[in-house]
Amino acid sequence: MALPQAKQSVTAARLDELKLPAGAAWITEIRKDALSRVRDMGLPVRRDEYWRFTNPDELTSAEPEPAALFHNDEGPLFADMDRLKIVFSDGEFDAKASDDLSLEGVEISRLADASNADIHWVQDLYGTLERNAQVPVERPLAALNTAMARDGVLIHVTGAVSKPINLIYLHKSEVSDATLHHVIRLEEGTELTVLETGPAAARFNKSMEVDVAQDAKFHHIRAQGRDHERRAVTHLFGRLAEKSHFKSFTLTANGKLTRNECVLELTGDDALAHVAGAALGDGAHSPFHHDDTVFITHDALNCESRQVFKKVLRNGAVGVFQGKILVKEGAQKTDGYQISQSLLLDDDSQFLAKPELEIYADDVVCSHGSTSGAIDDEALFYLRSRGVEQTEAQDLLVLAFLAEALEEIEDEDIAAALQTLLEGWLARHRR
Amino acid sequence: MLEIKNLHVGLEEEDKQILKGVDLTVEAGKVHAIMGPNGSGKSTLSYVLSGRDGYEVTDGSATLEGADILDMEPEERAAAGLFLAFQYPVEIPGVGNMTFLRTAVNSQRKARGEDEMSAAEFLKEIRARAKELKIDADMLKRPVNVGFSGGEKKRNEILQMAMLAPKMCILDETDSGLDVDAMKLVSEGVNALRNEGRSFLVITHYQRLLDHIKPDVVHIMADGRIVKTGGPDLALEVENNGYADILAEVA
Repeated sequence: MALPQAKQSVTAARLDELKLPAGAAWITEIRKDALSRVRDMGLPVRRDEYWRFTNPDELTSAEPEPAALFHNDEGPLFADMDRLKIVFSDGEFDAKASDDLSLEGVEISRLADASNADIHWVQDLYGTLERNAQVPVERPLAALNTAMARDGVLIHVTGAVSKPINLIYLHKSEVSDATLHHVIRLEEGTELTVLETGPAAARFNKSMEVDVAQDAKFHHIRAQGRDHERRAVTHLFGRLAEKSHFKSFTLTANGKLTRNECVLELTGDDALAHVAGAALGDGAHSPFHHDDTVFITHDALNCESRQVFKKVLRNGAVGVFQGKILVKEGAQKTDGYQISQSLLLDDDSQFLAKPELEIYADDVVCSHGSTSGAIDDEALFYLRSRGVEQTEAQDLLVLAFLAEALEEIEDEDIAAALQTLLEGWLARHRR
Repeated sequence: MLEIKNLHVGLEEEDKQILKGVDLTVEAGKVHAIMGPNGSGKSTLSYVLSGRDGYEVTDGSATLEGADILDMEPEERAAAGLFLAFQYPVEIPGVGNMTFLRTAVNSQRKARGEDEMSAAEFLKEIRARAKELKIDADMLKRPVNVGFSGGEKKRNEILQMAMLAPKMCILDETDSGLDVDAMKLVSEGVNALRNEGRSFLVITHYQRLLDHIKPDVVHIMADGRIVKTGGPDLALEVENNGYADILAEVA
């Protein structure tokens, strides 16, 4: 079927300048395959139903829009924590800033190296979850990522891992256009925590494919960097085997345009997937548009999934939530929960939500809800009448609003670090 | 302590006058009660004094130890020593009761230029106060007033009062929604806080609360004014004869 003209020209313009990275035969095959998917699907345009609330133009343009670097006096996040640091500056691996990649219980390598070698587990996985996720909804920017990513981290967890792996994304050039693709495989019964921090680039297209084997547990904590003008599209793909856990939390503050897609498939019985996000947007200095798009497929018995997304918006900030729970035929005893809420601090801000349930099994519990509201004046007065200053009272109520999402973070130190970050953001955005 | 002169208050949103010239002076260390029928303006008086939005002062003044409180923000009034125990304490999901109280205590101290209370000091103090009011550790950890029974909410108000140690306490229908035992407990909490430097304004429909919290002075409010002032016996008169006789007498 021929693509509409608008899609054709956007796609052609974007692909025109791009060359497939060099690599071994196996990955070249996968990249070519992904590229042909991009050509077939065409890059997203505003008229696409899946992009109804978010204009993809700045994510698909041939050149990235420049993004000014943002400086603040905060120290790096998780600095006090024992972690293995892997640093990318504008999408380029930074060996000097990174730790040695050897860590007990896990094999870590770079995609740039591996694509010239034969690593079997990666060959089976790279681009696979992305390709599976193209049905029933097309995700052409993820296919583009699979085709074009030169680098990323490959993590194979085979035993006990003593500390989290922190992927740190530095933004140093105002016109950088970064693409990274990470692949993670947790073998049976293993556990891994991955931290992602930093703004990455003026424009960032990142994919992470995570394959979680039986009884394994994957924890993902992300704090998207605070550069006001950065634009990012990210895809988090997960495949969950029997009794496995997948927990992801994302904190987003600032960013002109962010689209975080999360696509999970629960393929083994008794698996559990929790995805949560807290976004703080202030459109005062630069536009803020944040889009969480989640698609969770239940394809096994007795699985649990939770989506908890909270957004605090002010000064014309825009928040988007598209969340779907698909329960396939036979996925009985599914427990699915989805909540998306926004706190609008003024009349200029907007929250657009599209919660969806699609259920083909008859013995399931699924609930979803979506709300938008302002600060509760009664609560504000109550706090003030006890002596709490108006700005502080408002911050308390904002933090209270976000609490349900933050409670999804299991690790107390990580939760505390993010809480501090949030409090700092609120303090700077008082008016 | 609290001096209200010729206070006229209307609603901001509509053209309606509620307080029509209230005069009231509460001396340091005294307990004054305000009684009156529904709609007489008792709760409005408490809200205006504590700084709630939606009211417009059209005339008159209110001072706390000589300072004009009507121009202050609600938090400034609190730091100056005013406390309102709400008739309907507000539920605040997501804010822990302890966090809330500690923030409040330290905000007031900061506003007065005093040192903040340390976590250990605060904990010791709140545990002792909570015990007196039969508030268990679980209630302190839970979000502010969320899932509290009517009695628990009122006890929580008194706990806040005890921790914040205000000079001027206004109790707005603290007896509403309380059974006999809860009322006794709350009253004991209030009585424990009575001292020479602290004044109370107890707003109530019924005399029964005043059996427990013995007032020095009783005022009857009707149609936005204090229409009669007397000793504790005045409350008994209301209890026995209702408001009709008094209102007829002053009309």
